[in-house]
Formats: sequence, structure tokens, C-alpha cells
Amino acid sequence: MRIFDPHIHMTSRTTADYRAMRAAGVTAVVEPAFWLGQPRTSPESFADYFDGLLGWEPFRASQYGISHHCTIALNPKEANDPRCVPVLDLLPRYLVKDRVVAVGEIGFDSATPEEEHAFAVQLGLAVEHELPAMVHTPHRDKAGGTDRSIAVIRESGIDPGMVVLDHLNEVTVRRAADAGCWMGFSIYPDTKMDPDRMVRILKEYGTERMLVNSAADWGHSDPLLTRATGEAMLAAGFDADDVDRVLWRNPVEFYGQSGRLELPDAEPTGTAEPAPPPGSFAGNSLLRGGG
Amino acid sequence: MTTFSSRPQEPSGGGPAPAAGGGTTASPQETTALREALDAALDAALAARLSTELRQAADPAVLRRLFPAAGRRYGRGPLPGAPDGWRVEDAVRTLLLRQAPPAGTAEAAVLLYREGDAAERRGVLRALPHLPVGDAALELVRDALRANDPRLVEAAVGPYAARHLDQHAWRQAVLKCLFVEVPLRAVAGLAERRDAELAALADGLAAERRAAGRAVPADLALITPA
Repeated sequence: MRIFDPHIHMTSRTTADYRAMRAAGVTAVVEPAFWLGQPRTSPESFADYFDGLLGWEPFRASQYGISHHCTIALNPKEANDPRCVPVLDLLPRYLVKDRVVAVGEIGFDSATPEEEHAFAVQLGLAVEHELPAMVHTPHRDKAGGTDRSIAVIRESGIDPGMVVLDHLNEVTVRRAADAGCWMGFSIYPDTKMDPDRMVRILKEYGTERMLVNSAADWGHSDPLLTRATGEAMLAAGFDADDVDRVLWRNPVEFYGQSGRLELPDAEPTGTAEPAPPPGSFAGNSLLRGGG
Repeated sequence: MTTFSSRPQEPSGGGPAPAAGGGTTASPQETTALREALDAALDAALAARLSTELRQAADPAVLRRLFPAAGRRYGRGPLPGAPDGWRVEDAVRTLLLRQAPPAGTAEAAVLLYREGDAAERRGVLRALPHLPVGDAALELVRDALRANDPRLVEAAVGPYAARHLDQHAWRQAVLKCLFVEVPLRAVAGLAERRDAELAALADGLAAERRAAGRAVPADLALITPA
């Protein structure tokens, strides 16, 4: 089973997690920029965080055979702090970096005008840099927040196929499906979603545009729940190709729209228009063979 | 094609010496050879694109935009004909930095390093011997040597460090290579600069490793040849 975890905060995880993830079949991850638990007080500490997502963390991942990418943004919670908002001016220089595969996490936390401003500005940056956008849906008033997010997305003019609405559940999945966005589900030990509920959603909605992640961070979470979901799919009658689509090909297709995925074993060659190597997708370099 | 020397250019009399003014560490031939290696490695369309972008990079704002994209645009593979460890993107970034006005090159290198990801930082470090910056970029080498990312450490111990780093810091850099498993062949000027104190430090490392029942790095032999 080859697994691409499209949303996991490895900065908050140990090397033992990397080892266990690799053993479970995880060979690629995307780490979205988010809130660190402790509020930040200046743009400089965001810059150090972003530098870590582009420097130390990919190196750490590479030691365990895992290809690490990230998304960059001012997160919704800290968009409310005027000390942090100038981060928006730093973003353009980060959005041109290799391995930055989306703008995110953006969206709503408490549904404030400040959050909406940062959300709209950053959707504009995604369009400008031809990057996908990762939209966090709020914990409180998730249904209302999802509707409002979809309205802001429509207003921005971004192609909904370039947007993932994340942390969805049974109540919000239909809205995201109808909006034409990608649908992200965070599988958690207690909250958000669990593997069996996820399987029921896949049975109802199919596997197209579906992304399954562990969203593992500094809270009670488990980086191996992607694998557990794949196993629950097989136990429920999905075949190996369905599992591969959800856990590998879908995230490759979604983030591949950035043109900046770097999966192992296929370094770009020195040609302007390279013939796509086996296993390549839309100009990204991909892992050869199965995992 | 001009061949590369892995040794720093040193003033007559040997031994490291401060750079004169804003001089470069590498010879002009070594820089020219990088361009020749790139032209040989890139296909015609990309080589033409490189020429265009190098002209555009004289504008600092354009340089700042082109520098991060060098890997995905020109390639990240090893560059045939270049020194060990050099990648296509490293040589492109060296040539991009060479487009900065000489008086502003050190400032441009510091900015691009500070704003760079790991690959860009490695690119700046690789470029240093080819830039007219004298010792003004030494702080970047010191920064990279504090990192634990072997890609940065390896790029930091090249000819520029051999030329400009003081002996204490240079010895520490060599030891750091052993700890983060950067092969000592990456250390420019090792044969010229190694001394009795470095040998003693290496002996100490070997004694600790033996006491712990761990392997002694084979590269230690390069510090204290039998």
C-alpha cells in the first residue's frame, strides 16, 4: 500500500513517527503551515517556521525515505492578530519556492472579518502563483463556516478544482462535492473522522476528488490512521486500486497541479520539454513503481 | 574544457591568506568552466533560456525571482564536468549571482541565502568562491556550519572556507563533517590546512568511538595519514 499523507504537521512529530510511517507505506507528505499551539507575536517567527518547513523538515523526512512538501500561509486563527497580519507581505517570496505545493491552511476559525480578509487575499495569491489552495473548515459552526468558505472561494475566481476543503465530515461533504472542490478528511483517534465513518462516506460519494489525511500534529492524533483507513476500505470491499487512488493518486493529482511535487527517484533532467518519465504526472517528478 | 581544481587558489607562499579587496577565490577559468559544463548538459532550448535569464538577472528584483526557481527550471541532477557534488542548479545559481554588480554582490548573496530554502542556500555557498566578495560572505559559511543538514555543511567547506575561515573554525568544520557524515573529500584544502591540533582532535573522536564500541569513520585517515 503506497500512501501520500496530504496533511500532516511533522514539525510536531518525532523521528519515531517518521520511521513508523515509512514502515506503514507512507513515502510522501504535505505539511501545511498552521497554528503552533502557542500564538506567535511577530512575522519573524513565521519566517523561521516557514524556513523550517523548507529546510530542516524535508531533510529530516528524507532520512526516512519520505518526500516532504509544504503549504505556506497565514492561518485563520492568527489572521486575527494585527501583530501577525504583516506575514501576508512575506508570502510571495515563499510561494515561489520548490516543494511549496499550495497556499494553506487558509479559511475561517471564528468567522471574523479579519479572517475573511486574509482568506480572500491568500486565495488571490494562489491564483497569482498558479498554486492550489488548502482551506481549513472551522471546528465551531462547521456547516456555516463551510458555506461561507465556498462563497469566498467563488468570489475569488479560483478554479474550485484547485481547492481542497479540509476537515470535512458527514454534514459538510455534500456542500464541498457540489462546489466542485476536492474533499479532505482528517482521520483522528477521537474527533473529526474515524476510518469506518470514512469508508461509509467513500461508499456514498465515491473515490473521486477524495483526500484522506491524518492531520497529525501536537494534539491527540495518529500518523498511521491513513494506513488504517486503507485497511478499513479493503475490509469493506474496496479493491487495492480504489485504495491506491484515494491514498496515492488523488493527492498526487491534486498537489501535482502545482508542478512542484518532488517524489523520489525521478530528478528532473536538463531538458526544456522532457518526455514524461514513467510514472510522471503533469511535469512533477514522481516515485517510480509502487511502494 | 577547463578542469577544476579542488584546491583553493592561494597566494604565492602557500597557506590561507586574507583575500585582496573584493577578490574571488576561484580562477576565472574555473567560473568559465561552469558555464561550459552547463551548456554541455542543457539542451539547446534550455541553454538559450539560460542566456536570456542571465541577462535579465542583472536586475536585482528579477534575480530574486529566478534564484529560487533554478532547480525546477534547469534540473537538480549532478552536473557532469563540474567539481564533485555540484548539481545543475548550483551552477545556474552561481552564474545568476555573477550577474549582480560587483559592489552589490556580497549583499545579494547574503539576501538570497537568508531568504533561501536549503537548495538555494547550498547554491549561494557553492557560488562564493566565484564571487567578488572577499571575506564579506564569511558569515554565511559560519551560519551553514551551525546547521545539521549535511547538504549545507558539505557546501560550506569548499574553497571559500579554505581561503577565509580561521584555523579554529576550520578545524571545527572538519570535525563537523565527520559527525554529520559529510565525506572529507568535500573539504577543500584539507591536505594543506590539516595540522597537529586537528590530528589530536581526530584522535580524540576515534578514542570516544572505540570506547563506545562504535565504528571509527574511515575518513579519519585523511586527517592523520599513516
